[in-house]
Amino acid sequence: MIGRRDILKLTAGSAAAFSVLGLPNAVFAALPGDRRFVVVLLRGALDGLAAVPPLADAQYQEKRGALALPAPGEADGCLALDKTFALHPALAPIFPYWQKGELLFIHASGNGYRTRSHFDGQDLMESGLSAKTGMSDGWLNRALGDLQRGNRRLGLAVGGAVPLILRGKIEVASWEPPGGLRDASPDFIAALEPLYRQDRLLGPALAEGLKAQHFSESVLGDDMQGGRGFGPKNFAPLAEAAGKLLAAPDGPRIAVLEMGGWDTHVNQGAAQGRLAQNLAGYADGLDAFAKSMGEAWRQTVVVAVTEFGRTVAVNGNDGTDHGTASVLLVMGGAVKGGRIAGDWPGLARLQDDRDLRVATDSRSVMKGVLRDHLGADGAMLDRKVFPDTGGLRPFAGLVRV
Amino acid sequence: MPVNSAALIAATRLGFAARAGDLEAIGRDPRGWALAQLRRGAAPLPSNLPSSASMVVAELEMRRNKGDVEAKQAFNERVKAVYFAEISARMDAASQSETPLQERLCHFWSNHFTVSILRPAIRGYAAAFEREAIRPHVTGRFHDMLLAVVRHPAMLVYLDNAFSIGPDSMIGVRRDKGLNENLGRELLELHTLGVDGGYTQADVEALARILTGWSVATLKEPNPGSFRFRPAAHEPGAKVLLGRTYAENGEGEGQAALQALATHPATAHHIAFKLARYFIADEPPKDSVLRIAQVYRDSGGDLGRVTAAVVTEEALWRTPFAKLRTPQDMVAAAARVTGFTPPPPMLVNSLRMLDQMPFFAPSPAGWPDTAADWISPEAVLRRADWCQTFASRLPEPPDPVALAEASFGEALPDETVQAIRRAPSRRIAIALLLASPSFQRR
Repeated sequence: MIGRRDILKLTAGSAAAFSVLGLPNAVFAALPGDRRFVVVLLRGALDGLAAVPPLADAQYQEKRGALALPAPGEADGCLALDKTFALHPALAPIFPYWQKGELLFIHASGNGYRTRSHFDGQDLMESGLSAKTGMSDGWLNRALGDLQRGNRRLGLAVGGAVPLILRGKIEVASWEPPGGLRDASPDFIAALEPLYRQDRLLGPALAEGLKAQHFSESVLGDDMQGGRGFGPKNFAPLAEAAGKLLAAPDGPRIAVLEMGGWDTHVNQGAAQGRLAQNLAGYADGLDAFAKSMGEAWRQTVVVAVTEFGRTVAVNGNDGTDHGTASVLLVMGGAVKGGRIAGDWPGLARLQDDRDLRVATDSRSVMKGVLRDHLGADGAMLDRKVFPDTGGLRPFAGLVRV
Repeated sequence: MPVNSAALIAATRLGFAARAGDLEAIGRDPRGWALAQLRRGAAPLPSNLPSSASMVVAELEMRRNKGDVEAKQAFNERVKAVYFAEISARMDAASQSETPLQERLCHFWSNHFTVSILRPAIRGYAAAFEREAIRPHVTGRFHDMLLAVVRHPAMLVYLDNAFSIGPDSMIGVRRDKGLNENLGRELLELHTLGVDGGYTQADVEALARILTGWSVATLKEPNPGSFRFRPAAHEPGAKVLLGRTYAENGEGEGQAALQALATHPATAHHIAFKLARYFIADEPPKDSVLRIAQVYRDSGGDLGRVTAAVVTEEALWRTPFAKLRTPQDMVAAAARVTGFTPPPPMLVNSLRMLDQMPFFAPSPAGWPDTAADWISPEAVLRRADWCQTFASRLPEPPDPVALAEASFGEALPDETVQAIRRAPSRRIAIALLLASPSFQRR
């Protein structure tokens, strides 16, 4: 419809300025020992029992039902982690890090609140508070205030706007992939489709559009859209770019990535299916990130956290509903890994008779990493970064010191 | 506070969308709210935007230094910066205006009198055209707007009249140059009478002859870059347009002809139909069109009164959500409800991807104005992509449920409210609100 050559002339050169918001003039500071710290926010509530299934828990098979995963050695089987736990087969790309001792999981982790609302859960996960208040800055921004000396910047938001966890007094940079529109994510389209179904104008058009998209993906392969969308395949290119930025000698040292697609109420799938595809994109991203960091990986800790877990039992739509505890991933060259850390409350006694109970407060893990990896001051952590959490001791021994 | 559903109709059909507080401000007298705006003129855009004359001059100077690559680059950079500033100012006006009906009228009339950068020569001043020739007249007389449009360098260059030479004029005889009918034809077909307005090829040629000499001052002439009537290019002699003879009168012929066209009954009907299609429905009720056309004729094309007739049409209030928002409408509406206007490169780039980059209409007919023109499967997917992209860039996503209430009152279907409540994140919830069928319409 539009003469493309004319438009290109006019907009040529804008893409670069647009893709690195804030970066060109940013000067990043180094942390002691040139350490790097990355938080991955998994929005939508990751099913921790699917990512790291407790295969040997006596209740697992019965309570998980159709979502129970096949044991190691079986077709589509999990990868054994220890006597109790295994790794979802779709997470295979990060299994080598476990074998190298650079990956650990803290199971049954959660935050210091009980809510099953995504909006509230994510707000609290990012604000680091125990209750909803008027506070509108994030715990990582408050931590930056302590870690950052002078006016040199440490922090970077990857993928678009600055998420709450990084918002606050301290300025941070943001980076997003070049290009204007990004392809909508499968979970967004899935929520939109029922709203359009009754609409005689929009409904048929969306259905046709999706059909055409699926067809072209099946013919061309969907690699074509990597890095340009919000779907699971988008995470790896984003993570790879983030790794390069963090690896740069004058680059940022602390970054936040986000990934959605975890709200698996419908057709979650077990070894294969919707959740498995999301897990595969996630694992590919973590792997791509590690590789793109090169030598700097040795000084890196990545923590991936989600707002809450999901119900132990399958719901009426072959999915799971909002739960309580999930699993927390800690990965990096600086991690003392190859083990499951924290306590396992078991599946015998459940929160509200439905959810995995919280054994480890994720804020204690963050405190442990901030203190032992980045050298944050303990009193600051208790008072400012995670206010009123003096009783919540930093989780010790996560990193090689 | 319960919201008057007529207030929602006013905010979305006569404005761009309801931001927090709009529905309460419109209150119980939405017609009065709209009519009061018609008594105020459209607020001017920021004064730091350059005039079309200055951009014409910059272009002519750049072309005079042919082969100066640096000068050309500098000019192109300036054009881009000006374009970005213009589009931002225009979007800010739509999303922040206290008189959004005036802004809607600017969009409508600017599209009615389309100038498009597909003709690259006008790229520096296509947007200035809307500020200078359209904006001051949206509630004034149609004839004044028409005259301002035809005298504007963007229209004179876009439709070639600046280069049209009367064959028997002094210049025509000397240089063996001729007539260009482009503006004459589009004036009759698109701007005034309409394609079925009862004119002939002879009328097209007559109007083209009448308008010979209407051009843009060069660097060597006084007031370079502004309108200039060049007698030496004007076709001499009497011309017959629509049965009326225009005796030789230089520039005065065009003024008289435009006056006659502006008050022609076919023009009244054509304008009434387009306004009704824009504000009421893709296929507007015939009696609505007739009533609006009657007001047009009775008032001699007073656009304030004509718009008031549109506002008081019952059909406008009875058929909410009858129109699909165009991409520009959708973007303006999203910016208004969220209070976030994307930075210019992103704004322009996304409008380009949605196939409605401002001042890039595919033809002099402008952007199409029916749902069928905007509803291809690819276009609907792109809208969804845009909604999620936009939501992902909101600096601080507000509470989605509160946002939905502020912008729709109680009018959103339960299914949409539930989907927003259940969304896996605030950003996806807001994307759902924006992509929802209710938001895609006005």
